[in-house]
Amino acid sequence: MLLALVFIPIAAAIAIWAGSPARLTAIVAGIINLVLGLIAASSWLTNPEIGSVTYSVLSKPDIALSFSLYDGMSVVMLLLSVIVLAAAVFSGQCPAGREKLWYSNTLLIAAGAIGAFLSDDLFFFYAFHELALIPTFILIGTLGRRNRKAAAWKITIYLAFGSMVLLAGLLWLVSATEVSSLSFDTLLAASIPGEAQKGIAALLLIGFGTLISLFPFHSWAAPAYASAPAPVAMLHAGVLKKFGLYGLIRLFPLVSEGMQHWLIVLIVLLLGNIIWVGFVTLNQKRLDTMLGNSSVMHMGYVFLAIAALIAAGGEGNSLAIPAAVTLMFAHGVSIALLFALADKVEKQTGTLELQELGGLASKAPTLAFFFGLAGMASIGLPGLANFSGEILVFLSGFANYDPAKGFGPVQIATIIALWGVVISAVYMLRAFRQTFQGPEASSVKSAKNLSLLELAPIGLLTLALLAVGLYPNLILQLLK
Amino acid sequence: MPAFYLEIALVVLGLVLLMVEAFGPSKSKTYLGWLSLTGVLAIFAALFTVCPSASCSCDQLTRFYEFDSQAKFYKGFALITTALVILLSLEYRGTIKKFTTGTEEGSGEFYILPLFACAGMMLMASAKDLISIFVAIELVTITFYILVAYMRRNVGSLEAGVKYLILGALSTGILVYGIAWIYGITGTTELALIAERIPSLEGSRAPLLFGLALMVLAIGFKIGAVPMQLWIPDVYQGAPTPITAFLSVGSKAAGFAVALRLFEPFFGASLTSGPLLSLLLVLAALTILVGNLAALAQKNFKRLLGYSSIANAGFLLLAMAAWQPQGSESALSTYEVVSFYLITYLIMTMAAFFFLVTVYNTTGKETIASFNGLAKRNPLLALIGTIILSSLAGLPLTAGFYGKFYVFKSAISAASSGHPALWWAIAFGLVGAAAGFYYYFQTIRAMYWNDPKDPSKIPVSKISLALLVIAALALVVFGFYPQPLLDLAAAK
Repeated sequence: MLLALVFIPIAAAIAIWAGSPARLTAIVAGIINLVLGLIAASSWLTNPEIGSVTYSVLSKPDIALSFSLYDGMSVVMLLLSVIVLAAAVFSGQCPAGREKLWYSNTLLIAAGAIGAFLSDDLFFFYAFHELALIPTFILIGTLGRRNRKAAAWKITIYLAFGSMVLLAGLLWLVSATEVSSLSFDTLLAASIPGEAQKGIAALLLIGFGTLISLFPFHSWAAPAYASAPAPVAMLHAGVLKKFGLYGLIRLFPLVSEGMQHWLIVLIVLLLGNIIWVGFVTLNQKRLDTMLGNSSVMHMGYVFLAIAALIAAGGEGNSLAIPAAVTLMFAHGVSIALLFALADKVEKQTGTLELQELGGLASKAPTLAFFFGLAGMASIGLPGLANFSGEILVFLSGFANYDPAKGFGPVQIATIIALWGVVISAVYMLRAFRQTFQGPEASSVKSAKNLSLLELAPIGLLTLALLAVGLYPNLILQLLK
Repeated sequence: MPAFYLEIALVVLGLVLLMVEAFGPSKSKTYLGWLSLTGVLAIFAALFTVCPSASCSCDQLTRFYEFDSQAKFYKGFALITTALVILLSLEYRGTIKKFTTGTEEGSGEFYILPLFACAGMMLMASAKDLISIFVAIELVTITFYILVAYMRRNVGSLEAGVKYLILGALSTGILVYGIAWIYGITGTTELALIAERIPSLEGSRAPLLFGLALMVLAIGFKIGAVPMQLWIPDVYQGAPTPITAFLSVGSKAAGFAVALRLFEPFFGASLTSGPLLSLLLVLAALTILVGNLAALAQKNFKRLLGYSSIANAGFLLLAMAAWQPQGSESALSTYEVVSFYLITYLIMTMAAFFFLVTVYNTTGKETIASFNGLAKRNPLLALIGTIILSSLAGLPLTAGFYGKFYVFKSAISAASSGHPALWWAIAFGLVGAAAGFYYYFQTIRAMYWNDPKDPSKIPVSKISLALLVIAALALVVFGFYPQPLLDLAAAK
């Protein structure tokens, strides 16, 4: 079953390439994957072995193509991937004649992401992510908007650099554990000497950090998302970027001591994400770059949970991982929804310059409603998934707070990070006002409301946000 | 049947075909290409019937000639490479014709001479005496002098020929000089005896190392390692493309086969292993750096492949610097790492040259810009090219990844077990691999992002198409399931 989850998108991509109707095949594959993913996730609690497969591909060192739902984090990420994929195949405006490229590459990105989250072998975990990057670059470069070539080249260079640093870190990690198998089970049972941990931790933070757009390695993200076709922006910002966070949390036990050395650095950088990039976001004049920057900014909160995890060290922080994973899920769904909606705005009005927009709500009330909802979610309004995530992150920051010792660095960072919520409220509400309210701009004269078909993916994502927001236990029970 | 019959058969076949070409009827000579291809394939089949030299008592060549699993591997490698080069030459015959006599009547040698080079490479795989090593290398090099300059009405080809001749002669001189030093000190040219005598030569360590360094330099010419890499860009760019491929794959692999056999006694003795390791790791780091960084600025795809071949030589040298003798349970030996790397290198580099020739036959150019918009002109070819280039860059889930993976893995385990200087070479290697992504992806970028000047279709001949599809499939399949390659590289 898990094998099917990875290979259905690949098979569909090949089928599209071989000539089957592109859009239909992609939608069918997306929906089958959604159903399979929901079944797998819901039966995981009772049967954690569900669908596990292992094929040995190399004997020295022992590498296996091995899929399983390793723990609750994998389940949540799988859910995120299939939900966003099902929405992404519906979204965006494919230029006529390029359907093959558009849909097959979209499916390949999702296949890479799902493969990475399901692999319980370090090699394939890394490799599937790389597999997803190539179609990302190709789609941004060929079918993107505006200055697509520069943006695509920038993301290529940054992510290739991040991947190489990461690869160095992983190779070092594997050789330091002195095990001959690359499965997570064997690796995580091993231990690494303290001196090596420090270096490995630094490489992992830079490598994964670049892929997650950790400040100051973040400048590829906003231009790339702004130029990317909607499905690519949704899948990369929503799903693929979580690969780095997933990897950091997964490998953290091996380098928990080494990470201590970098705690303060990490805290400074994540505040860079929240505050610095937050102010950058305030200053954006376009809806798409605003969303791109906001996605970079929100990564800071997930890093805050990771910092709380690091600071807790041996004592453990039972809140940090659920907080991080919940926020990863919530952010993934909400940013995908926002990119899908921004794409609709552009389709209706032909522009994303905030200056040229205004009064769209009267022409397209449904679009305005959903955008408002997604924006509220992104700010962290209670009742929507991001609220559960952010509140948990802030709680995890104070989880090990000891009044006798006063505020530690994580607590101070948490207090500063709270201001980020204000910043996001400002830019999100301002963007909503400039786009949907006020006098009708000339660009919205011919705008129409969302059609029923367009509503389907948006409804799906909104449903996910509401479900987790109103009943966070849906996710938290997986993470116990 | 003793193994050296194979080399003899190849040389005889070459001589007979040369006679046919000289005295046969004057018409298109492509049939000679098919004949020599058939001969190479027949000899490849015969390779599996020869007996190992240990069980062959009839052998007068025992002192010079070894036939073990190592030799068998590199002989097979040379034969397959030669077969592919002859096929590529047939695809390239339009250009050969244009720059020689203008007809296809006079260009028969072009398909025949590779046989002699192949015989030389097979000898290199087996040579275990400094004298036979020298003779084998010369047989290869002299054949290449002719082949590189074969397109006599093309200035680039002639220039390449002269450069290759001068630097080749220089490296021959260095090799002989090195052999003389080693012989003078050890009193023998047999590698096995040298290995026995090194431990008792502590008094003459300096001259021994000097001789060794000279030989490393000469081998460096064959494999394209710094500081003997200077000829590569010009010669690769100027030579006929099939010959460039031959140099890049066959000649380099044979060079590594010799290097492995030649260095083993010196790595085995504590007197020489330290300095040899230091020398190789410096060369490896510099070769990786020069190859990869110079490749960044290239505008010509063939020249880019030249620098890429320097870079790959650097990675292989890194594996050799992290010397790991045969017989370990957990880790791969250097032999296996190098063999594994070379198999993947053979597939992707030969495929890259077939890809280049296919595009060149239509566009008439070898620049990266001539790949502009290939995704629109021939989507299948662009997809295959993407797979080949991704594999060359070492992208995971392509076969090319595992070669680099093993190199780095063996280097890291050697570095953490007592050779900390290797960390530097590893760092250089990672920088080089990252640069590799940049320059290989530039071509992918040209294929997909840029618009073609001329939107007409690019036709692919049936042979090229079949080979390219097989190669691309192999790169992807082995990317998911590399075990067969490991079995092949570790064959005992």
